[in-house]
This record gives sequence, C-alpha cells and structure tokens, in this order.
Amino acid sequence: MAYSDKVRNTYEGTLQGIKDKGVFKQERYIHSSQAADIEVEYPTGAPIQKVINICANNYLGLSSHPDVVQAAHEGLDARGYGMSSVRFICGTQDIHRELENRVTEFLGTEDTILFPSCMDANAGVFEAILTDEDVMISDRLVHASIIDGMRLCAAMHDTFKHSNMKHLEKKLQLHADKRLKVVITDGVFSMDGDTAKLDEMVALCDKYDAMLFVDESHSSGFIGKTGRGTHEKCGVFGKIDIITTTFGKALGGASGGCVSGRKELVEMCRQKARPYLFSNTIAPVVVAGVNKVLDILTKSTERRDKLEKNTEFWRKGLLELGFVLQPGDTPIVPVMLFNAKLSQDFSKDLYDEGIYAIGFFFPVVPNGAARIRTQISAGHDIHHLEKALAAFKKVGDKYGILGLTKQEIIEKYGL
Amino acid sequence: MEMKDVILEYVIEEYLEDEDEVLTFDSPLISGGIVDSFSMVSLKRFLENKYKISIPDDKATPEAFDTVDKIVTLVNEYIK
Repeated sequence: MAYSDKVRNTYEGTLQGIKDKGVFKQERYIHSSQAADIEVEYPTGAPIQKVINICANNYLGLSSHPDVVQAAHEGLDARGYGMSSVRFICGTQDIHRELENRVTEFLGTEDTILFPSCMDANAGVFEAILTDEDVMISDRLVHASIIDGMRLCAAMHDTFKHSNMKHLEKKLQLHADKRLKVVITDGVFSMDGDTAKLDEMVALCDKYDAMLFVDESHSSGFIGKTGRGTHEKCGVFGKIDIITTTFGKALGGASGGCVSGRKELVEMCRQKARPYLFSNTIAPVVVAGVNKVLDILTKSTERRDKLEKNTEFWRKGLLELGFVLQPGDTPIVPVMLFNAKLSQDFSKDLYDEGIYAIGFFFPVVPNGAARIRTQISAGHDIHHLEKALAAFKKVGDKYGILGLTKQEIIEKYGL
Repeated sequence: MEMKDVILEYVIEEYLEDEDEVLTFDSPLISGGIVDSFSMVSLKRFLENKYKISIPDDKATPEAFDTVDKIVTLVNEYIK
C-alpha cells in the first residue's frame, strides 16, 4: 500500500490550510426537489428546515416542472436509462440529433453539438478549432471553465479589461498578425450579473476579422424578449460565431451543454473535441427533458416574463431597504457586503430566518468584493420575495448596514 | 522617457482597474496578483514590438516578469 502516513499527512495538512483560510466548502443536504421552497439539512445532522431558495440557477423554475418530469419519464421508458457509449460509437439516438437541431433553431445558429456539460463544451471547443498560429482574446472575468479550455489550447491567449471595448480593440490591433482570432466573453457574467456588450463586440469582430465566442449559460432561456439569450437582447441574434450553453440551469437544470455556432466549427468539435470524443453521451432521460423545456419556451414567454417582473420587484425592494447592489437588470442580483466574514455571518443569519442564500468571497470574487449572490426565479411568487425581503431587512438592521454606502460599510467592517 | 518608465506606464494602463492604485518599479506584478499568467502575453508582445526583440518563451517566466525592474533586466539581455 502506497498511501502511507506521510501521504495522508500531506493531504490533511493541505485541507487544514484550506480550513484555516476560511474557504473550506461544505455541502448542504436538500431533502426535496429543486424549487423555490426546499427542505434543507444544515449543518449535517441538524433538523430539516423549510427555507426559500434564492441561490439556484433555476431561473425559469423548470427544474421540477411537472411537464418536464413527465417528458423525462416518457424518455426513460422509450429510450432507456443509459447508452453505455460515447456519441460516435453507438451513443447517438434520434432524440440527441433532434435536440441538437432544436437548440440550433432556438439560438439562431447553423449547427449544434451536445456535450456532457457546458464545462466540457468550454474545455473542448478551443483546442478543437484553434492552433498555435491563432489567438484567443478573453474578457478578464470569463467563467473558470473557459479559462481551463484556453489552457488546454495551443493558441496564444490574451485578455482585455472587463467589458472595456477600447481595450479589446487595442488587443485586436496588437494581434492583427495572427491567422485566426477569437474574442471570448460570457453573455451574462455569473458573479456580477452584468451583460456583455455584444452589439459592440460584433462590430469590432467584423472590423478586425475575428470570431466571437459567447458563453450563454446564465442567459439561455430568459435573456432577450423571447429568452434566446444575450445576443437577442443586444440585437445581434444570428451573428454569434460560437455559443456555448448549459442545460443545467434555466433549461431544466439537469445536466448537459453544447457548442452551437458556425457549421464548420461544430463539425471540428465533432471530429476533435476531446470531452465529446472520450466521455459518455447525455442520458436519454435528460435529452427528453430538455426537448420538453424547449417546447415550453417556444410556445410561450410567460415564464421569462414572470422572471423579469420578479427581478424588478426584488431589485427595487433591496434598493429601497438601503442595500448596495451591483448594477444590472438580470436575475443575478449581488448584495454587496465587501467584508468576507460579514458575508458568511449574513448568510448564516438569513438561513436562520428561512432564506437560503450563499455568501461569496475571495477567491471566487475579487478581494474586498464579498457579497450575497441572490438569484431570482420564475418559480418564486411575490410572497417568497416579500418574505426574503423581510429577512434581508432584519439581518441588515442587525449589522447596521442599511442605507450605508460602499465606503461606509468598508469603514465599519473593513475589507 | 527611460525604459523603466515606459514599462511602468504600460503596466499601469494595461492592468490596473483602479486609477488610484499605486505601482512602483519593485511592486510584485505576478506574485502580487496584478498580472495573471494569461495577461503576461500582452506584456511580452508589447516589449518585443517596442524594443524590436524576441524573448524566448522559456525566459518569459513569472519570476522574470514579476517587477518592472526585473523586466528591464530581461529586456536589456535581448537588446542588441
């Protein structure tokens, strides 16, 4: 046995270091389906508590929607539990290709390829379409999975300041000699909830002959008037070269993701993307569920409209109470507390008031930018949000931060 | 303008988000979290274009790029 005391001690020391830094992550066990009202065991062994969930990516409230659950059941019955294969050997069913075609239409692209997750899509896409003659120019706040994907790719990588179009243009000029250029951004940024300036980015990419890549994981299904995403909101639907997105958030919340875009790029992924080639196909039950989600979303905008109204209500309510929010209009509403310990204490007190929301701090967000990230859902009714606002008021009063500016909160609690 | 002033000015414009932040010739750029490993690329390309040099990838290490003073030393090695 090679797992000696020395090896064990090494890992125990590392884990203790994580605990000492106060960044040790612990799971909270949920004893119910994903929804606005959930039943949580926290800490482990504690009595189960009914709480309102305001930190899920369940933007459209479809994770436990009866029609989606029913479709998943039918998919399970009709196409089985698993495929025991990657896609290109014997893992592609008719419903997989049906979903790819429907996503293509929904996102306004030329073709789509499914991946086990959007993490896998982002990990595989760059290596599949670029070589060491090319350059990737990414926003400095893109998601970690994109950073991992860029690391796996031989192309040069450079960054531009967050949403700074002048800086992006300088970078496009700097790298004008490269064979291919790809500008890379999130559609909606997951920690701040702000939206990429896709209209300006499309114009710059046209001017400098660069492709545009957008991760729409926090946008697909609800951003834009018919929920197609950030490109719809910015008036550039049909003009994005590469979109990646997930089915693990608004689009049913189970798992799976995709690369959708120019047909040659999608074909390159089908030939070369390693997470596609070397991991299992998406389970039929999930594919059937996502197909139903797209049915629901193409028939009616009712859910994204409700989400928009809920988001307005929530933002307005928090501002009226005197919290400092990150500006924006998406369902990601970060309540800024700046101090890491305050964010953890605040989250704990919210939980005691029946509200489940998590405090984020460095290194997940920049140092001194700790926050409670709230995420609104079409599954919330006004009474959920009113109860959550009352809890935020009570806890905000306890810490004396209501009505304080950013500077005043920092003076009171430090960074 | 001296080389070290040119490089410091570039670093401030390229990497600092907060205009009030103060950088000096010996501020730790990489180990201080101001420049991440991805963003080093543009600094390397800037130096190569500006001073008409080619810095081998294995010499463009985080250590060699960690302060403006160290960058000046590195660049001077390749200026003919």
